[in-house]
Parts: sequence; C-alpha cells; structure tokens
Amino acid sequence: MEFLDAALLARIQFAVTVAYHFIFVPLSIGIGLIMAIFVTKAYRSKDAADDGIARMWVKIFTATFAIGVATGITMEFSFGTNWANYSRFVGDIFGAPLAAEALFAFFLESIFLGVLLFGRNKVSPKAYMVAGWLVWFGSCLSALWILIANSWMQTPAGAMLSADGSQAVITDFFAAAFNPTTWPRYFHTVLSLLVMGSFISMAVGAWYLIKKRHEHAADRVLRVGAIVGILSTCVLLVSAHSSAVVVSEEQPTKLAMMEGMYEDEVPPLYAIGWVDQEGEQVLAPFAIPGGTSFLATGTWDTEYPGLNSLAETEKYADIDPATMPVNIVFQSYHLMVAMFGIIFVLAILALVFTRKKKGAQGSDALPAITRMGWLQKLLLISPIFPFLAIQAGWITAEVGRQPYVVYPSTTGPDGVFMLTNDGISASVSAVEIIITLTLFAVVYLLLFVGWARVVIKFINDGPAPASAGGGFFRKGKGGNAANAAKDAEDAGCDASPAADEVMVVDVVEAEAVAVEGAPSATPADADAEGGAR
Amino acid sequence: MTVLTVLWFFLIFVLIAGYFVLDGFDLGAGVLYPFIAKTEEDQAIVRRSIGPVWDGNEVWLLTAGGALFAAFPDAYATTFSGFYLAVMLVLFGLIVRAVSFEFWAADKKWRSVWNACFFLGSLLPALLLGVAVGNIYAGIPMDAAGNYIGVPLLGLITPFTLLTGLLGLAMFLAAGACWVALKAPLDSAVRARAAKLRAPLGIVSLALFVVVSAYALMAIVPEIGEGFYAGCVVFALVFVLALLAALWFGLKKRCDLGAFLAQSVGSFSLTALLACSMFPNLVVASADSIGPNITLMSAGASELSLTCMTIILCIGLPLVLVYHVIVYRTFRGRVEASEMNH
Repeated sequence: MEFLDAALLARIQFAVTVAYHFIFVPLSIGIGLIMAIFVTKAYRSKDAADDGIARMWVKIFTATFAIGVATGITMEFSFGTNWANYSRFVGDIFGAPLAAEALFAFFLESIFLGVLLFGRNKVSPKAYMVAGWLVWFGSCLSALWILIANSWMQTPAGAMLSADGSQAVITDFFAAAFNPTTWPRYFHTVLSLLVMGSFISMAVGAWYLIKKRHEHAADRVLRVGAIVGILSTCVLLVSAHSSAVVVSEEQPTKLAMMEGMYEDEVPPLYAIGWVDQEGEQVLAPFAIPGGTSFLATGTWDTEYPGLNSLAETEKYADIDPATMPVNIVFQSYHLMVAMFGIIFVLAILALVFTRKKKGAQGSDALPAITRMGWLQKLLLISPIFPFLAIQAGWITAEVGRQPYVVYPSTTGPDGVFMLTNDGISASVSAVEIIITLTLFAVVYLLLFVGWARVVIKFINDGPAPASAGGGFFRKGKGGNAANAAKDAEDAGCDASPAADEVMVVDVVEAEAVAVEGAPSATPADADAEGGAR
Repeated sequence: MTVLTVLWFFLIFVLIAGYFVLDGFDLGAGVLYPFIAKTEEDQAIVRRSIGPVWDGNEVWLLTAGGALFAAFPDAYATTFSGFYLAVMLVLFGLIVRAVSFEFWAADKKWRSVWNACFFLGSLLPALLLGVAVGNIYAGIPMDAAGNYIGVPLLGLITPFTLLTGLLGLAMFLAAGACWVALKAPLDSAVRARAAKLRAPLGIVSLALFVVVSAYALMAIVPEIGEGFYAGCVVFALVFVLALLAALWFGLKKRCDLGAFLAQSVGSFSLTALLACSMFPNLVVASADSIGPNITLMSAGASELSLTCMTIILCIGLPLVLVYHVIVYRTFRGRVEASEMNH
C-alpha cells in the first residue's frame, strides 16, 4: 500500500520537520543580527530609547531562537532514528560536522544566550553587548557546519568508497568540509536569512507606523532594517549567481529539473512556466533563448544534457525521468527567483523612503514613509516574500537532488552516492512513523501558537521595558522630548553638515523640556521614572 | 582495536557523564517543580535557578549524540532507530521543555500549559534515558546488519530496564533537589522543601543502585573486559561514598554546595562504572539476536575520521569549559528576589 510506504513517510517526516525548523532558523539568524546591532547602538549611545528597542529584540530573538534550537534537536536525532542506513553509510564523514557544530556553535550560542536573557544586571554593558554578538556569531557558525554537512551530500568530496562497498570513508577532511558547493551555498543561505531578518525589522517598524504606536522606535527599526536589507540583498545577488553556476557544473540532473529539460538543449530563461511531465516539455508564455546558459557560463550557446540522455549515462543510470518531480523543482526555483525580484524592489523602496530629510524641520524632517500608507502596509506583509523564497530555495536544493540522498556529482568520488530510498531505518515501521508524524503535528502546532502569542505581545508592548509598569516613551512630555533628543543624536551620527543644524535645534528644544522631564541616560533610571510618572 | 577507538569509547562516556551531571540537575528540578514550587513566586525561583544554564547543559546531549554518530556510526544508527519511539518521546520532551522556559515568563494566561510542558518535558528524558541505558547494557535483539528486531517501545521495557530507568530518575531528582537547595533564597519555602527531599532521594538512589547491581551481576552477568574489574570496583565504591557524602552534607547545615558536588561525583562515577563494565561493547546483542554485539572495533569510524574528531575535540572542549566557567561564575550564588523579572 502506497500509504504505508515507510520510505515515503520517512521522507515526508523529514521534509515537514526540516521545513518547520527552517522557519525559525532564518528568523533567529536574521533577527539576531538586528538585535546585535541594536544592543551595540544602545551600548554606544547610552540612550534609553535604543536600549528599549534592544530589549525588545532580545525578547523576540530568544523566543524564536528557543524554537529553532528545540526543533533542531529533531534534525540531529533524525539521521539515526529515520535514516539509519544512511547514517551507517556516511557516518565516517557526516558525523564530524555535526559533532563540531555542537562543540563549536551550540555551546557558544546556548551559554551566551543565558547571559543575554538573565545577565543584564550581572555583567557590564560591554560584556552584555559582546554576548549579543557571540550568540549571533554562534548561530552563523552553526549554519556553517550544517551546510558543510548538507553540501557534502550534494557534492561529495574528500571521500572514497570502502573496500567492501558498505560505506563512504573520509580521505581528506578539508576537501570534504570545503567541497565544491560549501561556500556558495553557505553565503547564499546566510545572506537570505539576513534579508529575512531585515524584512522582519521593517515589518515591525511599519506596524508601529500604521498603529501610530512607538513611532519614534519605528523610525530606527525601519532604517536599520532598510540598510541591512539593501546590503544583504545586493550581496545575495552575487552569491545566488555563484550557487547557480556550481549547480550547472556539479549537478546536471538538478539543473535539468530546474529548467524542465528532458532533451539536450541550450537552456532558455523562463520567468514563469509549467512543466508538462507527460509530454516532457515546458509550457511557457515567453522565454529568453539561451538566457540560462548565459547566466551559468557567460555564453549564449552552451548546451546542457537533458534528463533522458543523463539517464543513459552510467553515473545517472538510477534516475527515471518519467517519475522525477520535475515540475516541483521547476516551480520552486522560479518562485524563488520571482520572490527575489520583489525583495529587490522592496529593499530599494524601503531604503529611499526611510531616509530622513536633511535640513527640514518639524514633521517634514520625518522620513517620507511616515506619510505613505501603502508602503507601510506593503512592508508589514513583506516578510512573506523572503519566507517563500527561502522555503522555495530549499525545496529546489533538496527535491532537485532526488532520487539521491548522497548525490553523485560531476567531480564526486566514484561510488560515493546513495539513493534516498536505500537510506532509511530498517527497524522503523510505517505505523511508527505515522504515530510520530501525528505527534509532530500536535507539538509543532502548540509551539507555533505559543510562539505567535508571545512574539505578538512583545511587538505590541514595543520598546518600553515591560517590567517598568508603563511606558517611558509612550506618554508624557518628557518622553517626547527625550525622543527628539535621540532623533538629533541619530542625525548627528549621519555626519552630514545639514544634520548638525537639525541637531542644534532639536537639542535646544529637548534640553528645554529636559529640565523638568530629565530624560536620563541609564535604562534603570528611565524605568524608575517611567514608573513614577 | 586502536588507541583512538579506545580513546573515543571513553570520550563518548565522558560526554554522557557531562550530560548526566549538568543537565541532570535541571531535568531533576523540572520533575520536582510541581512538588516543591507551590506559588508563582516559588515557580519563578526554580526556573530562575536553572534558567541561565539549562540550555548549555542540554548541548552535552547533542554533543554526545553527534560524537557517537561520528565515532561509532553503527552504534548511533542502531540505537536511535531501534529505540525509535522512545527516542522520539525524549525528543518531544526536550522540545516542549525548551520552549516552556521562554514562553512561561511572557505568557501569563498560558502558564498552566507551560508548567505542564516543563514538568512532562523534564520527566520523559529523566526516566527514558535510564531505560535506554538499561537496554544497551542488558542486550537487545538485532539482525545481522545491526537493526533492532524486537517489539517497538514495549519490547524495551523489562524489569531490569525499568529499574535502570528508575535509578536514573532517582539520580536526576536527587541532583535537582541538591541544586534547588543550593540556589534558592536561603529562607524560601522552596529551598526548605528541596533540602528536605535530598535525603530520601539519596537513599532511594542507593537502594536502586544495590538492586540494579545485584540484578546485573546475577541475571545479566556482564562480560567485563580484562583489566576493567578494578575500574568497576573503584567506581562502584566511589559512587556509594559520594552518595553517602551527599547525604551527610545534606543533613548538615550550610553544606549545600558540598551536597551538590558529592551528588555530581556520584553521577559521574555511575557513568564511569557503566563504561568500565561495558567495554568494549557499545550495544550488547541479546540471546535471541542474529547479529553480534556492536563493539568499538566493529562500529568504529576510520582512523583519519577519529583523528579529525580528536583535533576538533581538543580545540572545542577547552572553549566549552571556558564558557561554562564564565556562565556559572556570572550566575554564582543564590537567586535573589530582585532578579525575578528577566
């Protein structure tokens, strides 16, 4: 019975749990950078407003990070639980990056997360800032090790088949770790996660503008998001290109699936299309002839082999073009590219319209976005675009390598490959997987609801420290004056002559009120005052 | 049998001991939680006492898992797939427990949900890890390729493995009681309750240890490798002495640190005793097995792989220890009432 096919169920369970895990990992690595930036801003400016924003990000980050860590345990265990034969085949190579990830990255993240959560009054402000960066650095390091492991499955290297053919044995650690796809895929992935974080930051800012809440914080959150967004998007373009090039060189069947190529051809560039898997052709309204060839090689006429001729080669004799999920790979790849287009446009719009007008005064000095409702709404929903792009990208990468779990890449060592269906655990029955799949559905739903409740609360509470029993920045004249002063400081940081003039005006204004309101430099005092007021 | 495989056999147990000692107390505190923390303030104290450190403690389990995968892939594959449902229950426990920490503080309406998750998430690993150890020690049925061929989940529960599960649980609980007594404010009700539990839990642990040992020696008759008898005897003695010392410190006033450390020495020596009495087996095959024992010789990764792992560990472990010193120093001393909001 198809339904009780243990291999299929194991694949579904892995796909579901890894996709879920990969909702929270992008959020935490992306938000982690935003958090670290604000923790640093708060440390440098000694400014209660920045400090409030930093605290909010720490809370959002830690709640998200917790789910990322928790669902990551599933992934580490799953190789042994559901993919025992795979584990036996690759353990000599694949286990080391996992152990290294735990030793080098997990300990770093987890331990300094403790400092970040509970250590505010126990360590110096500087140490607190360093802890913020260490947690983020640890999460990037973790991404490196797991992408080393994943890239080795895509393009094995530094290994050979053992004499009895039962397992892959390591021959060169560095060749295995830094295999042909490790760096392109690492940068491609991490940069896309930073894009995700920047859009979350902008969405939070946009929400505040729409709700007319925490408007001062909205400015800063939007601006930092816009800057991180445009930088990561631009660099992402370069890394995406190098990822695509290495796929065209190393993974011919994946390239053929991405472009729906059954016969040898010079791949054109489609924007949209549909793969008719029966008729073995792509239905598309338009295409740029040779476009994909140009992107991969810089020439307009490089021919690539299609699935049918690849199936006739010795290396890919195991594939059956008729049953390969070509359309899924085609659609997810093109969805990712389309999403990138939207992301790029949004990143530019955000950068342009969150700029502060230099030299203007009063409400004119606010960035244009404060008056652009449509852009606010667009940015509010904008995280959906990087989210879809990231998920679609991973579907392309992972479904594109089927039917192999260890892919026989062009430069890969002879015999070091494995079919996905051969990798499962012989001792785990379909019924057991159905039980755990159900449990995953229940537990992961609970996690998601719990997370959403908490994060929405954090965002709505905004930058005001929750423990202070009321907002320092929400109400009161003194609060506004303080905000104005901080605006001025921010403008000062831009180091433009015009900004200095604004600063003078605002600072005078701020100081005038400060005499009564006395906005203070330290967060603790600010809390106390917030309460007193 | 090469030097490196022997080294890694013991390193795996060192990582497991690290987990048993460190995550042991916070899992134990989690299981004791509903019994010693009656009010929200009590609950906050228990959570705060383990809040900054539990996450790092748990990584010892992930490291042990990763290291087992790398150093002895066959043992990793057999145990994780063979104990499938049990491993998944441990996993679900760890998952709901991890998030309950973050969400409890922020989501007052759902506190009872997160309290339940915290308790259950602590109980499942604390009980099942001991059951798993009992199984690899007493033997499981395997086919020629090393796949478990017994009844899923229920086949893993025998009188012996139930006893090892309870011994593990008792040790976790005793460690948890020692930790809370050490960290909770001196005059708090939580501390008084935790301190009072130390002696009974210690006595139960000792009693279970005697029963498990007698059962193992008479019914299972482990084939202890040559040269490891002495190790077994020494660690068994150290274990008993450590637990007696923990009892003694626990009954004295102002010796909370002593009680906790003695209890930790007990957890460590119990793991060491296990390692000595199992050597060179990683997973024992039961009488109805088709396949042989999984040993460090049959399951070991290649020399080059183990060399890489040794280098990784030599760089990584000192860093890990430094992080631990930093975090335990930063949060030394008892929890203060003023820190209840994070």
